Amino acid sequence: MTAGALAEGRDPGFVGFADLGYEGPAPKRIVTGYGFWIFLLSDMVMFSCFFAAYAVLLGQTAGGPSGAQLFNLQNVAVETGCLLLSSFACGMASIAAESRNHFWFQIAMIVTCVLGLAFLAIEFREFADLVARGAGPSRSAFLSAFFTLVGCHGLHVSGGILWLLTMMAQVFAKGFRADIQRRFLCFALFWHALDIIWVAVFSVVYLLGSAA
Amino acid sequence: MSEVHGLQHEADVAPGDEGGSVRSRVLGYLVGLGLAILLTATSFFVAGTDLVWQPSIPVAIVVLAIAQMGVHLVFFLHITTGPDNTNNVLALAFGLLIIFLVIGGSLWIMDHLNHNMMPMDQLMQMQR
Repeated sequence: MTAGALAEGRDPGFVGFADLGYEGPAPKRIVTGYGFWIFLLSDMVMFSCFFAAYAVLLGQTAGGPSGAQLFNLQNVAVETGCLLLSSFACGMASIAAESRNHFWFQIAMIVTCVLGLAFLAIEFREFADLVARGAGPSRSAFLSAFFTLVGCHGLHVSGGILWLLTMMAQVFAKGFRADIQRRFLCFALFWHALDIIWVAVFSVVYLLGSAA
Repeated sequence: MSEVHGLQHEADVAPGDEGGSVRSRVLGYLVGLGLAILLTATSFFVAGTDLVWQPSIPVAIVVLAIAQMGVHLVFFLHITTGPDNTNNVLALAFGLLIIFLVIGGSLWIMDHLNHNMMPMDQLMQMQR
């Protein structure tokens, strides 16, 4: 406590940022983005549980087929490419949204959507193929863990596509209003985060799983 | 554009936000895409090759995956180490702590459990 603080008539017990020019709560865009970031991290924690289960159950094939016999790495490479380029297109859409360019925003979002749908189609075909070969989720603990983990990521991508279409419609109907921009910020974060989880999926599930 | 930037605080940025011209931002995404493709291609190459010492392959794949996640965080989600990004980085650090506890802890415990447990067929015979 200094004499100066008292002389200015300030509470000597005050702990805060008065000297730093603190001007009240952060703007809504930062609060929203930060809150959504916390949600994404908790989503990643949920995925980490599925990854742990998969890693533990990797060898528990109950006499059934193992990863090396089931996985087609070429398929996985194409899926990875789709999702990576889709993430890039989503980044282009964020730039267009910030520049308030309707045309490029919708183009980039359509590209994002098409690549996401291509990813889902390949994944769905892979799942259908596995089930048809008698390697469905009920075959072994290994396959249960596989379908839970990869299927959960696929569900996230499906939900993301619905959100993507909603964002396209909202920007088309309402323009780049501040609240729409905040929603789009969250969507872009979500889409990029899905790509991060896919990196873990193709490395741990497919590459390590077919090596084991 | 001005409205969006007007929404931004001087001291903090939301995750995913970054400044700069359109040109430099597109360039940033292109650099991220290039690095990601490079790391992915290396991963797939390492997984299927005989040129690398075999026991090192799982470690290499994990390291490449972590590197690529870092690339995605920096170039796509714009989580940086700048002073305006402290909150986002701290949240990320906490998330990583939990993730490593969950994955590392599960693997550690289950590995020891497998060592200490009687093989399943013997266990079944004892129950008869």
